[in-house]
Amino acid sequence: MTYDAGHYDVVVVGAGHAGVEAGLAAAKMGAKTLMLTLNLDMIAFMPCNPSIGGPAKGIVVREIDALGGVMGKVIDKTHIQMRLLNTGKGPAVQALRAQADKPMYIKEMKNIVENEKNLTLRQGMVDRLVVEDGVCKGVVTETNAFYRAETVIITTGTFMRGKVLMGDLEYESGPNNQRPTIKLSENLEELGLEITRFKTGTPPRVNSHTIDYSKTEIQPGDETPRSFSYETTEYITDQIPCWLTYTNEFTHEIINENLSLSAMYSGMKRGTGPRYCPSIEDKIVRFNDKPRHQIFLEPEGRDTEEVYVQGLSTSLPESVQHGMVRSVEGLEHAEIMRAGYAIEYDAIVPTQLWPTLETKKIPGLFTAGQINGTSGYEEAAAQGIMAGINAAAKVLGKDPVILDRSQAYIGVLIDDLVTKGTNEPYRLLTSRAEYRLLLRHDNADFRMTELGYELGLITEERYAAFKEKYRLVEEEKKRLQKLIIKPTEEVNAFLETAGASKMKEAVKAYDLLKRPELSYDLLAPIIHADPSLPHDVTEQVGIQIKYEGYIKKANDQVARMLKMEEKKIPEDIDYDAISGIATEAKEKLKKVRPLSVGQASRISGVNPADISILVVYMEQGNIARLAN
Amino acid sequence: METDTITAISTPIGEGAIAIVRLSGPKAISITANVFKGKNLGDVASHTIHYGKIIDPETKEVAEEVMVSVMRAPKTFTREDVVEINCHGGMVAVNRVLEIILSQGARLAEPGEFTKRAFLHGRIDLSQAEAVMDLIRAKTDKAMSVALKQMDGRLSALIRRLRQDLLETVAHVEVNIDYPEYDDVEEMSHDMMRTKSKEVYKEVVELLQVAKQGKILREGLATAIIGRPNVGKSSLMNTLVQENKAIVTEVPGTTRDIIEEYVSVRGVPLRLVDTAGIRETEDIVEKIGVERSRQVLKESDLILFVLNYNDVLSEEDEKLFKAIEGLDYIVIINKTDLEQKLDLDRVYELAAEKPIVITSLVKEEGVNELEEAIAKTFFAGDIDTGDLTYVSNVRHIQLLKQAKQALEDAMEGLELGLPLDVVQIDVTRTWELLGEIIGDTASDSLIDQLFSQFCLGK
Ligand SMILES: Cc1cc2nc3c(=O)[nH]c(=O)nc-3n(C[C@H](O)[C@H](O)[C@H](O)COP(=O)(O)OP(=O)(O)OC[C@H]3O[C@@H](n4cnc5c(N)ncnc54)[C@H](O)[C@@H]3O)c2cc1C
Ligand SMILES: Nc1nc2c(ncn2[C@@H]2O[C@H](COP(=O)(O)OP(=O)(O)OP(=O)(O)O)[C@@H](O)[C@H]2O)c(=O)[nH]1
Repeated sequence: MTYDAGHYDVVVVGAGHAGVEAGLAAAKMGAKTLMLTLNLDMIAFMPCNPSIGGPAKGIVVREIDALGGVMGKVIDKTHIQMRLLNTGKGPAVQALRAQADKPMYIKEMKNIVENEKNLTLRQGMVDRLVVEDGVCKGVVTETNAFYRAETVIITTGTFMRGKVLMGDLEYESGPNNQRPTIKLSENLEELGLEITRFKTGTPPRVNSHTIDYSKTEIQPGDETPRSFSYETTEYITDQIPCWLTYTNEFTHEIINENLSLSAMYSGMKRGTGPRYCPSIEDKIVRFNDKPRHQIFLEPEGRDTEEVYVQGLSTSLPESVQHGMVRSVEGLEHAEIMRAGYAIEYDAIVPTQLWPTLETKKIPGLFTAGQINGTSGYEEAAAQGIMAGINAAAKVLGKDPVILDRSQAYIGVLIDDLVTKGTNEPYRLLTSRAEYRLLLRHDNADFRMTELGYELGLITEERYAAFKEKYRLVEEEKKRLQKLIIKPTEEVNAFLETAGASKMKEAVKAYDLLKRPELSYDLLAPIIHADPSLPHDVTEQVGIQIKYEGYIKKANDQVARMLKMEEKKIPEDIDYDAISGIATEAKEKLKKVRPLSVGQASRISGVNPADISILVVYMEQGNIARLAN
Repeated sequence: METDTITAISTPIGEGAIAIVRLSGPKAISITANVFKGKNLGDVASHTIHYGKIIDPETKEVAEEVMVSVMRAPKTFTREDVVEINCHGGMVAVNRVLEIILSQGARLAEPGEFTKRAFLHGRIDLSQAEAVMDLIRAKTDKAMSVALKQMDGRLSALIRRLRQDLLETVAHVEVNIDYPEYDDVEEMSHDMMRTKSKEVYKEVVELLQVAKQGKILREGLATAIIGRPNVGKSSLMNTLVQENKAIVTEVPGTTRDIIEEYVSVRGVPLRLVDTAGIRETEDIVEKIGVERSRQVLKESDLILFVLNYNDVLSEEDEKLFKAIEGLDYIVIINKTDLEQKLDLDRVYELAAEKPIVITSLVKEEGVNELEEAIAKTFFAGDIDTGDLTYVSNVRHIQLLKQAKQALEDAMEGLELGLPLDVVQIDVTRTWELLGEIIGDTASDSLIDQLFSQFCLGK
């Protein structure tokens, strides 16, 4: 018998990277929110690499921050080093990456969650959903607590029927020997959700005292202090380096000799693993001509000696892992503290979701994070905040929030998932975004803050600061439009020392800035820059001017795309009634149930003729409706 | 609802039949008016027909004499502004008119799109919706099978190879972006990107030239006869026409200032263009300068440049040589029956390796040699009709042109020193455009390429 444990607007199952953002967003929007999780000491635990950000992912963290999420703020406070990547490339692909202090990250995150009013945090294992008349109405835990809920968000990560694999050892488990979630997973299947099986893996950790760092190369953080969050004002200065070493022919020999012992290579049928994080076994087999592979040694925190051996993800037996690790230069005497392993788990086929992350099958039920077939903390957090927003919006009677592909990487991620699905754990890459010149790391606040504010996730204070930045950028751009620079000797002498070609005729400062070799900072004296303008303002001005042509081209494409997005497909459309659409396209459309003609056109297997016919059919429906 | 203007050839294509290029959409009238010489179509009443000419905006040449029907919304088939351009010059002319219309910003209609618009605008009633959908399906399937048949295996193989090249380049740039810390992936440089872009560019330009070849075979080699007054240009034209069977004679009603003759010289189809503009070339050179006349002359596939043996080499002649530098031309030294006043050494020097033929048109001397020279230029030169990959579909040509433009943008970006990830936007666009030609646009292949080409992981 269950007991009545309370009634909530939003119940979040799981307090991983998706769960915390979901719970916080829902609570801040004013929904009475409960967050249930297996272990309160493991909130936003990182089961794999101790780092956050990187190309595309780092931009997502900023988007989350500009929407009012917490990932950026927490990592700003708890990193051991931070770097800006791709500084030699264009502004569209630059991104931050931070090495995290894992225990600190958990502590900080727990603190934030505990202190959010409207949000109740509780330890517990959810066993099943309560579904009444096809609608999700709450959850029941293993202690028979029944929480009635208007909406439920499941964010259970890799726990679903999780199975750890190491050599021929296998046992049911969540990541890092936490309890697996068996019953809830079975329950979802019973409720008719389509489940797929994925896998991923993690490398061994070794004790820092047993590493000979003198044989490795140092990888320090950047000296310039930076932050993910637009609100961060205090910077960490005492950074800790990472270290670089390499595998060698001995490592490869050990692996080759023991290949048949690897859980992944022993011939058993397994879930699909991601191509972008192959195990070391994979790398040796698929790229056997490579004499060596990079190994990064990454400290897991300030107050721990554990070091993550990036590059050696494996499911070889523990006995083989010792020798493999010790074959690497600098690790000759390394002591493994935790062995590497692979984990196999259930995920939901994400085309079963609306772009709001609500399941089509069970209204009121949302899912976010690795359970939706993604991989990565940032991908999880991104879905978490969107699911939190939409679950709360549903309860509060507000409009759903769907980001389009030109607005945010978050939009790209969710659109890909719900429109195309995925046949391996999905990771964001810059190449997945077609408008990446618009989706920059530097302008995430310009893209998201307004929305975050409207939703009540951004404070008045922060909003005012953003508005001020916006104003300064626009004013400075205007000023540069009006400022004429004459080709005086002085100016040309300046340009020459800067290694730029001379000017022949007078130009607007605005146009001078378009020259690729001339940056705002460099030109500051000539364009009479106001030294009191903050750096992020002048950076923004510089980028907007320099890439204006490309940005405009991208905006034109976006305008065309949005026209297709505006053509909404009625939810009750009956694809079977449309005779002209090809059978394959029909099946796909029935499964995905796209909300707009634009989304329909991105489904693989749906071609332009099918879209044409769909439009005609929809119009026929409209006319019929008008006639009635 | 729809805001763009579509166009297509709306009658069954067949040599000799009257063919119609139809436009529908808000810009149908203005686009036609831009290239129409005759009444101002913007002012004419709805549902009226007008005689005039379609002018190629690039060459300013007359492309076709036409009858244009203007029908204003909403009393039209699609309930949009509709223009129908009636061409009587057969397939060649109608294709040319279509290309000109496309170059003015109309979009090639999808199969069944006119009917679809008619329906969407309520012109066709509800009961017929089913029929409209069937029509789109049928037309698409038919267009697809026709396109497949038209597409030469060599062409699709070539385009696949170009795409693979581009894909590898793009994947390389992507890997540098997404995995900046990997040192076993060499950093793609501007030079590497430039080399790749240039290679592909060269092939795309060649494909377009081949496309033009297809056009040439249908339309004839546009041949201009130029030279100072009185050197014998009209005589040359008459000789060529009389000696050879004219394929098409002057269309009745053509105004006197333009004469076009189609002749077949030893199997080479020539379209002799003798316009007033070109006839008075020296005037053009005087008036608009060498560079601009060059632009005009560039549109010809072959230039016959006539000099007078009986006159000294003038400044105008020297200028003409300048204007045609690098183009395909043959020098004809005429009136050899008269006394030599021409500085032959200088002529040989200016003509460099181009063919020079000596004639006396009154005595009918040197005509054989001239015809031989023309045939040689055509068959031996780069205008080779033998083993060519044949691109003819208007849609393909449009896509190739866009691909060429995208590559030019990429190369410009490289010259300016823009970051590779920005330049790469245009390279990716090229890859997509080429994909559209062969009907393959799956963007997932980039991710596949990424992980098969490089060893990445944790
Ligand atoms: C071995 C391993 C290797 C990985 N390797 C990589 C990698 O290389 N690259 C990469 O990007 N990502 C990797 N990841 C993935 C990354 O850790 C996840 O993507 C990310 O943590 C997912 O976040 P999440 O919020 O979806 O789930 P999690 O962070 O796993 O959080 C799930 C939460 O749900 C709770 N929970 C589970 N079941 C229940 C229940 N029944 N009731 C209540 N609470 C429940 C848990 O307590 C936990 O708090 C790896 C993960 C593992 C385990
Ligand atoms: N003696 C001689 N006279 C020639 C020869 N070819 C042409 N003529 C004469 O030269 C005169 C001009 O010839 P056209 O053919 O009209 O010359 P054109 O270059 O067309 O002249 P414009 O129309 O004024 O530009 C005519 O009287 C021709 O008969 C030739 O080979 N020898």
